[in-house]
Amino acid sequence: MNDAQLGRALTEILGERRVLYKPNQLHAYACDGYTARQALPRAVVFPETTEEVAAVVKLLHDNDIPFLPRGAGTGLSGGAIPLNGEVIISLVRMNKLLSVDFENLRAVVQPGLVNLTLTKRITGQGFYYAPDPSSQSVCTIGGNLAENAGGSHCLKYGVTTNHIVATKFVLPDGSVIDLGSPYGDAPGYDLLGLVVGSEGTLGIATEITVRILKKPEGVKTALAMFDRVADASDTVSGIIGAGIIPAAIEMMDQLAMQAVDKSNYHVGYPSDIEAVLLIEVDGLAAGVDEVMDRVVEICRRHHVRTVKVAQSEAERALWWSSRKMAFGATGRISPDYIVQDGVIPRTRLTEVLQRIAEISRESGLRIANVFHAGDGNLHPLICYDSRIPGETEKAIQVGSAVLKVCADVGGTITGEHGVGIEKLEEMRFMFSDDDLAAQLAVRAVFNPKDLCNRGKLIPQPSRCAEVRNARHIIEENWQIFGTFPEHARVLGPDEVGAQG
Amino acid sequence: MAKTEPELLSAGRQTAFLWPDPPEEDKYSVCVHCGFCLEVCPTYQEWKDENHSPRGRVFLIKEAAEGKLPLDESVIDPVFTCLDCRACETVCPSGVQVGALIEEARGQVHHAQPKTGMTGAIERFFLRGVFPHPKRLKALRGLMRFYQKSGLRTAARKTGALRVLPKHLREMEAVIPDIQPKAAIEALPERMPAQGQKKGTAALFTGCVMDVFFSDVNCATARVANRNGLEVLVPRDQICCGALQVHAGDREQARAMARHNIDVFERSGADYVIINAAGCGAALKEYPELFKDDPVYHDKAVAFSKRVRDISELLVEVGYEPPRGKVERTVTYHDACHLCHAQKIRSQPRELLRSIPGLRVIEMPDSERCCGSAGIYNLTHPEMAGALLERKMDDIPAEVDAVVMGNPGCMMQIRAGVHRRQADLDVLHTVELLDLAYQKEEKQR
Repeated sequence: MNDAQLGRALTEILGERRVLYKPNQLHAYACDGYTARQALPRAVVFPETTEEVAAVVKLLHDNDIPFLPRGAGTGLSGGAIPLNGEVIISLVRMNKLLSVDFENLRAVVQPGLVNLTLTKRITGQGFYYAPDPSSQSVCTIGGNLAENAGGSHCLKYGVTTNHIVATKFVLPDGSVIDLGSPYGDAPGYDLLGLVVGSEGTLGIATEITVRILKKPEGVKTALAMFDRVADASDTVSGIIGAGIIPAAIEMMDQLAMQAVDKSNYHVGYPSDIEAVLLIEVDGLAAGVDEVMDRVVEICRRHHVRTVKVAQSEAERALWWSSRKMAFGATGRISPDYIVQDGVIPRTRLTEVLQRIAEISRESGLRIANVFHAGDGNLHPLICYDSRIPGETEKAIQVGSAVLKVCADVGGTITGEHGVGIEKLEEMRFMFSDDDLAAQLAVRAVFNPKDLCNRGKLIPQPSRCAEVRNARHIIEENWQIFGTFPEHARVLGPDEVGAQG
Repeated sequence: MAKTEPELLSAGRQTAFLWPDPPEEDKYSVCVHCGFCLEVCPTYQEWKDENHSPRGRVFLIKEAAEGKLPLDESVIDPVFTCLDCRACETVCPSGVQVGALIEEARGQVHHAQPKTGMTGAIERFFLRGVFPHPKRLKALRGLMRFYQKSGLRTAARKTGALRVLPKHLREMEAVIPDIQPKAAIEALPERMPAQGQKKGTAALFTGCVMDVFFSDVNCATARVANRNGLEVLVPRDQICCGALQVHAGDREQARAMARHNIDVFERSGADYVIINAAGCGAALKEYPELFKDDPVYHDKAVAFSKRVRDISELLVEVGYEPPRGKVERTVTYHDACHLCHAQKIRSQPRELLRSIPGLRVIEMPDSERCCGSAGIYNLTHPEMAGALLERKMDDIPAEVDAVVMGNPGCMMQIRAGVHRRQADLDVLHTVELLDLAYQKEEKQR
């Protein structure tokens, strides 16, 4: 099927206005929130119903054309980058709230519904949807499902997988199945658990049943500033050690504070503190004040410089915006950045931050730190300038080195952003070849032709080991070369396969 | 107008932007592609197509700047479908100046591909033919008043002659306000002394569209400023601000007009330049951007723009006397894009409205979302503008009897929406209500 035939066939299913296939309409889809690698899709389509998704997928499957689902494209690990010239199935027009069952705490949504929009629609009745990635004002629930997204309040409430109970799912051959159960636990294999976090490699969720929660009666939010990172991280351990489970504990370091203070979300952090904590407690109105008093007391015990409880909703909203916009605000201090997503045992925070600072010094790349401190989920923001030859590669290597540290102290390489194409090789920090082969075997059951988001999430098995070895040698010694030779870049695993 | 030859062929650098004053690398490289802009962009909300989103547009501009894309439809369509509403700038954590990038990219298109057809004709007629020339503007004003008063309008409507016009133009014709006999720039004295203790001198910028359609708003602005201790000057030789030219990409014409205005207002010696049209106010405040490469006029533009104030901004800044006359109405406030996003003026108009005794103000949901007017966008992109207008009309709370705002473009657009729905709603400028309250106070004395 050539491009024109494909364009016509897709147009027959969806109509002229919901298909982009002329080459000059495709550039804006070359990447998602991860910009270090880019590639043009073969087409972009905008279905509006499960049936349309199924029809498109069947057409592509029958013609052996690779494809991938895409939400708002805010993913940070490159999960929606069409490296194989995929047809992008954009789900953003499937953005309806299909039904809400307040009494049983359920809502059924289409995948393109924006996360925060769900909360806005039900907030009048006193309900909300708990998982709150920083990009919640724009990211979609389908994308959250694909990446098993987290968020600031996941410390207390759990990540996306804890809030999705059922989904209608289009398999990569175009058949439609139902997974999970709106109420109770579905018998049989936990296939819903399998597809949540599968990063679009097993199929496409087209109707999602989520849990909604009653808004807590009381919320208190504090901003605590620390001269030393170690005191801040000891405070985090102190709070949790005291048996308090806050709704959120977020931390930012000085460089992150500088970035966000330059933006529209200016708080005015002192320039000589090392860390700021944003601590929120919620629950029954009667208990919240008392819990917050204890939190403040624990902050004081750990040499907090100042700790302030929000006096108004506007103040609280500003503090949260400052935290949630910190990634984007990094554009204020650097032309490009890669945000990493490692998880560590919370008690190792001070030590890991020191090692990240060393990596920063050695590489010469600045690293800002923003993280869900309560979960031990780090987001080091590696600042670089893609216009300087070799610097993109260097930033990728620095990211990898940071993840190695996380894995080495017993953590993982991703807390919520997914593996995508960004952390493929780092999967090997966590898994043996046998582990990975088992995961690929599962994928093959759902996605036997490997047309659905090929090359993401799991690195290919150890064929072409010599190519990988060569790559490792270059990676580990890149400092010797100073910069990479111009045009040279590290091959992705898919390309390694193709050339090996 | 013929396609102009590139004046500047960047040696050794691949780029699709061959003319002077291209989108600057410093501006587009700031975008980190986070996507926070998507959901506040009216065109993305409508179409859900990345090409018509802020980060998509910035990405395409960057690709063109780097020579990876030619300056063809792939860039031109998205750049011209942008409403230039700046909602993305309000939310952008990274501080991308999307508006300036869009305007600079349009400048390149203006050189490369002069617009043809209806859109081109409309733009050339108004932007080069009428607005920059006060006499022609006055003549147009006269013609329109003649059309309204002579019975021609009645005849045109009765005979169905208007049916030759597209629907959106027919709607616009239907809602043109009654043209006053004289424009404010002619009707107002050149110098109007302050009442009470003098707080400063303010030169009134009368504007083009504002003074054709809403000269009474200009008069109200002058009265309200006077009432609050400001001496008002009305420089006679001022001309249109050039905002529409900038939006259309005709930056040379805009600069010529801006130079003229800067000189006129410099000569006036006023402490402030006051304006009641959000689009024009933003343009005046952004004159320095227009002259960023001009050794002489950049500094003058900086000095000029520092004196520019929206009328609501200035009243709150110098202090105003709350009116004592009662206006018993229920209204809602629409945030004009160039007031809230471009000038960050949100609280001041609301404060003025709340100071009026008897006036109930009900907030409208998404009051900061563009109504689709966007300069002459509603004429060049009627389909998108119409869709946005529908959403705006849906958002107006049922219990209000008027919608208040601070921009003539929005006033025309929302009047068209009111007409389309046959709604019983007045469309007013903030200053009109304040002026009314002061007038009632006078009568009570």
